[in-house]
Amino acid sequence: MPRLVIESPTAAETEHARLAKKAAAMLASTPCEQCPVEYTASLSRMFLADSCGKCTPCRVGLRTCCAKLDTIIAGEGTPQLLDDLRSTAQVMYAASDCAIGFTAGRMILDALDGFAEDFASHAEDDLCSHRPKAQATCTTTCPAHVDIPAYIACIRAGHLDDALRVIRNTNPLPTVCGYVCEHPCEATCRRALEDAPVNICGLKRYAADNATWSPAPTPLPATGKTIGIVGGGPAGLTAAYYLQLMGHAVTIYDQREKLGGMVRYGIPDYRLPQDRLDADIDFILSTGIDVRTDCAVGTDTTFEELMDAHDAMFVSIGAHDSKKLGCDGEDANGVMSAVEFLLAASSGRAPDFTGKRVCVVGGGNVAMDCTRTAKRLGALSVECVYRRRLTDMTALPEEIDEAKAEGCQITQLQAPIAIKTDKDGAVCALVVQPQVIGAIGRGGRPAPYDADVAQRDIPCEVVIVAIGQAIDSGAFSSVVQTERGCIVAQEDGAIADAPTPLYAGGDAVSGPSTVIKAIAAGRVAAANIDNALGYTHDVYDHVDVPPAQLSIGPCGRIELKDVISADAAQTFEIAKLGMSVQEAHQEASRCLRCDHYGFGATRSQEVASW
Amino acid sequence: MVTVTIDGTVIEAPEGTTVLEAARGIGIDIPTLCFFAQLNNIGSCRVCVVEVEGEDRLVASCNTVVREGMVVHTDTDQVCTARTTALQLLLSQHDLNCAYCPRSGTCRFQKLLLDAELIAWDPLGLFMTELPSPYPKQLVRGKRAEWPAHNIIQRDENRCIHCGRCIAACDKLENIGVWAFMGTGSRSTVGVADGMTMRQAGCVSCGQCITHCPTGALSERDDISLLLDAIADPTKTTVVQIAPATRTSWGVGLGADDGALGVERMVAALKALGVDYVFDTSLAADLTIMEEGTELLNGLSERTPDTNGITWPLFTSCCPAWVRHAKDHHPDALAHLSSAKSPMMMLGAVTKAWFAEKCDPPPENIFSVALMPCTAKKGEITLPMNSHPDIPDMDAALTTRELARMIKNANIDVNALGDMPLDDPLGTFTGAGVIFGTTGGVMEAALRTAYFVATGQTAPPDSFTFAVSPHGAWTEGTFDLNGTPIRCAVSHGLSNAHALLDAIRAGVVEYEFVEIMACPSGCAGGGGQPIDGTDCEQGLKRGQTLRAIDKTQMPLRYSHENPQIQMLYDVFFGKPCSELAHHLLHTVHLPDDAGATKEKTA
Repeated sequence: MPRLVIESPTAAETEHARLAKKAAAMLASTPCEQCPVEYTASLSRMFLADSCGKCTPCRVGLRTCCAKLDTIIAGEGTPQLLDDLRSTAQVMYAASDCAIGFTAGRMILDALDGFAEDFASHAEDDLCSHRPKAQATCTTTCPAHVDIPAYIACIRAGHLDDALRVIRNTNPLPTVCGYVCEHPCEATCRRALEDAPVNICGLKRYAADNATWSPAPTPLPATGKTIGIVGGGPAGLTAAYYLQLMGHAVTIYDQREKLGGMVRYGIPDYRLPQDRLDADIDFILSTGIDVRTDCAVGTDTTFEELMDAHDAMFVSIGAHDSKKLGCDGEDANGVMSAVEFLLAASSGRAPDFTGKRVCVVGGGNVAMDCTRTAKRLGALSVECVYRRRLTDMTALPEEIDEAKAEGCQITQLQAPIAIKTDKDGAVCALVVQPQVIGAIGRGGRPAPYDADVAQRDIPCEVVIVAIGQAIDSGAFSSVVQTERGCIVAQEDGAIADAPTPLYAGGDAVSGPSTVIKAIAAGRVAAANIDNALGYTHDVYDHVDVPPAQLSIGPCGRIELKDVISADAAQTFEIAKLGMSVQEAHQEASRCLRCDHYGFGATRSQEVASW
Repeated sequence: MVTVTIDGTVIEAPEGTTVLEAARGIGIDIPTLCFFAQLNNIGSCRVCVVEVEGEDRLVASCNTVVREGMVVHTDTDQVCTARTTALQLLLSQHDLNCAYCPRSGTCRFQKLLLDAELIAWDPLGLFMTELPSPYPKQLVRGKRAEWPAHNIIQRDENRCIHCGRCIAACDKLENIGVWAFMGTGSRSTVGVADGMTMRQAGCVSCGQCITHCPTGALSERDDISLLLDAIADPTKTTVVQIAPATRTSWGVGLGADDGALGVERMVAALKALGVDYVFDTSLAADLTIMEEGTELLNGLSERTPDTNGITWPLFTSCCPAWVRHAKDHHPDALAHLSSAKSPMMMLGAVTKAWFAEKCDPPPENIFSVALMPCTAKKGEITLPMNSHPDIPDMDAALTTRELARMIKNANIDVNALGDMPLDDPLGTFTGAGVIFGTTGGVMEAALRTAYFVATGQTAPPDSFTFAVSPHGAWTEGTFDLNGTPIRCAVSHGLSNAHALLDAIRAGVVEYEFVEIMACPSGCAGGGGQPIDGTDCEQGLKRGQTLRAIDKTQMPLRYSHENPQIQMLYDVFFGKPCSELAHHLLHTVHLPDDAGATKEKTA
C-alpha cells in the first residue's frame, strides 16, 4: 500500500458531476412556470439529500419541512401549517451549523415570502394558480414574445422570407436583433439539456441577411387618425410600424439626421453596419410612415404643438444624456461622454485618436463599445477602467473577450478619483484608487472599497465616461413626470392624466436597457394606442409554418466566427461572419420544436395575436 | 411526395403527412388514444409511438411528419413495451369501474386495455378485472375528486386520462376554452380554466368535450330517472318528443349500426319503456320555419345599420349553445337573433297549451320530455319562457345517449322490436323538419317556405345550394325571393361563428339571414349524440343520413305543406306571428337569464 496515491474521480463522481451539469441546465432553462410550492418542495428535498445529518435543525427540521410542503401540495394544508413551516425554517436558518442547513432555512423563508400568494392559495383553497404557459420557453422569455420555434422551422425549410414574416409579427427589426440582440431566449432554450442552446440570434441574422425580403404588408384601411411618435429608435419604430399597419397615419419626429436612435448612434458599425440597420428602417417606412428628422422637440417644435396635431402620441426619446463622474477635471479638454463619443463616431465626426492613450471608465456594453471604437480610431492604447471585478461587469462576456483580443486592456478594481490636466487644460492622466471587492449588497452585487494602497495615475490624453445614461425629458415636462431619471408610465405604456392619449416606452421609461425590450414596449404601446382610439385591429400575419420535423441528435452549437484579417481591429467593418447555408440548416435542425413536441401543443397554435 | 418505409412496405406519401396517416393508408393500424383527427395531436399518451431508424428515441406517430427515406417500425419490442407501459401507467390512475361507466363499450381506453390484455371481463361479462400490474393504484380522493352534481357537464377526475381532447374541442371548435391543463408536475390535471365555475368560464353546455372524450371522464348529467319516475307515476301522462338528429344514430351502443334504425323503431322502444305519447320535434321544426320564415320576410324592409354602422342579419336561434354564447360574447348581436323559440320549446308549449286542452290531461299532469342530440337543451328548458306561469313547458331533456342507456337498462332488444308510427296529432313531419338536424338544414327549410310565401310558387327542394365563403370557414349563397335577393350564410362550430360575426362587424360580409349551430356539422354532430370511440368526427356522416331521409323517404319536403301545421294555424294560432303565436312560440333573449338558476349555477 503506497503512502499516498494520485487520486482520480470515481465513476460515481464523474457521473455526479455530469448529472449536476444537466440539472443546472434544467434549472437555468426553466422560466417560472412550475408551481412555486412544488418547486420549493423539490429544492428542499435536494438540500435534504445533501444534509450530513450532524445537526438537529437540518437533519430533522428539513425533513419535517419537506413533509409539510408535501401536505400543502396534497391539498391538506392550513394557514397554521404555513406558520409552522416558517418557524421551523427560521430555526434552521438561525441555528444550523453549516451552509446546507442555514441556506435551506433561508431558502424556505425566501420562498414563503416570494411565493406568498401561491402558498396562501394552496393552503387555504387547494388552488394552484400556476399554469404552464402554452409557449416554448424561448418565446416566453423573449420580451417581444417572438415565435422563435416557428421562424427556426421556416429557416430549416429554407423559407427565409416566411421566417422574417413570423418575426415581424411581434418584432419589426429582425436585422437589428439578428446582429445585436442580447438574446435572453437562448438562456432558456431547452436544447441546453441535450447539449447547448440553439444559436437563435445567429439564425435570425442569417434569415435577415439572406432572405429576399418580400414587401411589407399593406396597411388596413385608413382610420383617419394621426399618431405622433417622438424618437425614432427601436421603440418608436416598432410602434410606428404596427400603428401604420393598423391604418393610422403615423409621423415620427427625431432630433437626429437619421432614424435609429441609440441603435444607430450608440452601437458601433462593426457590430451593426448602418446599411443593415437601414434595411429594417426602410422596410418599416415602406408602409407609408411620415418622418421628420432633424426635428428636436423643444427647439424645432414643442410638445404641446405635437399633442394638438395628433390624436395620440408615443414618447420614445431614449436615454441620450450621460451620467457624470462628478470628479475634478471632468470638464477638461479630452474628456467626453460615451454618448457623445459614439454619436460622433457613427455620424462621420469621429475624433482622431492617432497616437493617443485612451481611458474608458465603465463596465457595461457601452463601455466595451467605446473601448473597441477608440481602438479603431487609431488610439495608441485603450484601457477600460472598472471599479469592480471583471466578473461583475455587465457587458456580455463575448464583448469583453473581443475587446481583449483586439488589444485593449481591461483594468479591474480601480475607482476613478480625478482627472489630471496639463497647463493647457488638457487631460494628462486619470487618477484611480485601487479597490478591494467587498460585501454583497441588496442587489446581489459585491461593493468595492478602497484598498490600503496609494492612488495612482494612469497617463492618458482622452477619458471616455461610460458609466450610464439618463434621459433628457425637459421638453416634455409639462405633461410627463419623471422618477429616478425615467418617465413614469403605467404598465400599458400610458401616461396618466394626459389630455390626449399619451404613451411612453423604451429606454425613456425603463432606463438604459436592451433593444428587444424597447421593441416589446413599442408593440405594447401600439396595441394600447389602437384600443385607446377605439379599435381592435389585428395585424397578425398568418404564416404557413412548416410542420415540425424531429431535431437532430446531440450536436455542437454553431458559433459565429470572427472576421480573420490583420487589421480587423482597425476598421469598422462587421466583426463577425454570419452563418453559411450549411451551418444555418444544421443549427435550425437542432431546435427541439418545444411548441410542437411539448406543452405548447396543448393550446391553439397561435402564439401571439393582436 | 416522399418515400417512406413502414414495417417493410415502401410507400410514397405527400409531404406533411404524419407517420400515423401514412401507416393507416396502407392498413397498418397504430393504436391511438389522445389523438383526434384535425383536432388533437399533442402526443401526450405515447400509445402511438413508433421506432424510426436513426432516431435514438421513439416518436409519436400522430404528430411526426414523414420525411424522405424515413424507415418506420410500428411493432418492435421496444414499441410494444412502451405502449403497454403507457397503458399500465394510465390504468394506475384510472377508476376501472366499467360496469357502472356510461362509456363502457365505446371507451377507447377500455378497448386498448382489452386489446393489450391488461384487463378482462369476468366470465359473465358483469365486471372488469385488472391483470397484475407493477404500478399500484393511485386514485384521487377528497375535494379534488368532487364535482358539482347539478352541472350539465359531469366530470370524473378518476376516469380522466389527461389527453387534452376536451381542451382542444372547446378551444378549437368552440373558441371558448373552458377546459385547461391545471397545476404542474404530477398533480397536473384537467380542470376549468383559472379555477372558475363552468358558467364563469363561458361554458355553453354544447357537450363537444363529452363527445371528444375517449373515456367516461366527461358525461352529461344523467336525467333518466326523471322520465322513469314519471312513467311509474300513474297520475302522469308522459309525452316524449324526438329530435330530428337523434334518428341518425340512436342505435349505436345498442348493437345496431350508425343510421340503421329509424324513427319508427324509436317509437316502439319508447312505448316499450311505457311512454304514453311520442311526437316528433321535426313537426315543431316546421312550425319554427313558419314563424322564423315570416319573421325574416317581415323584417327585411326594416333592416338598418345599428349605432356602430353594422347591418346585422337575422340569426337563427334554434341552437341553445349558440344563444348562450351570443349572450356571453356577442351582446351586440343578441337583438338580431330570431325571437322564435327552438322547435323543442315550441313543441313543449304546444303540448302543454293546445294538446293539453284538446286531449284532456291537465298541463300539470303532463310530463314532457325531449330526446335530443344535445346537452345544452338541459339548460334551455330552464329558461323563463313557459306558456303557463308555474308549469314548465319541458320537464326534462335527455340525450340520445341517455335514451340508449334507458333501453339497455330495460333489456329491450331494439333489433327484435317492430316499428310503430308516431302518435297523432303531433307526429307528422316533413323533410324540411328532418334536415334541421344538420348544418344548413334550418336555412334550407326556411328558404323553401320563404320562397313559397314570397313568390306563391314552389321552388324545387334542392335548389338552394351553398358554397364556401371566400372570407372564412362558413358557406354562403344568395337567393332571389320575388325580386329581393336574400344573402345567406351557414356556420357550424362557434369558432367559425366567431369569425363570421367579426367579418359582419368589420363590414367584410353582409347577409340577411345567418344560421349558426354550435356543434360541428350541426345537431347531427351534437354533444348529446352517441360516441363510437373512434378518433374522427361523426357529424358529417350522420348529417348525410338526414339529408338522405329528406331526399328519398319524405313525401312532404316543405314545412308549409305539413297538414298538421296547417291544422294548428287553422284551429289554434290563426297565422304565423299572430298574437297567440307570439305568446307561445316566441321568446326574448335576455342578456342574463335571471330565471335560469339551474343553468347559471352549472
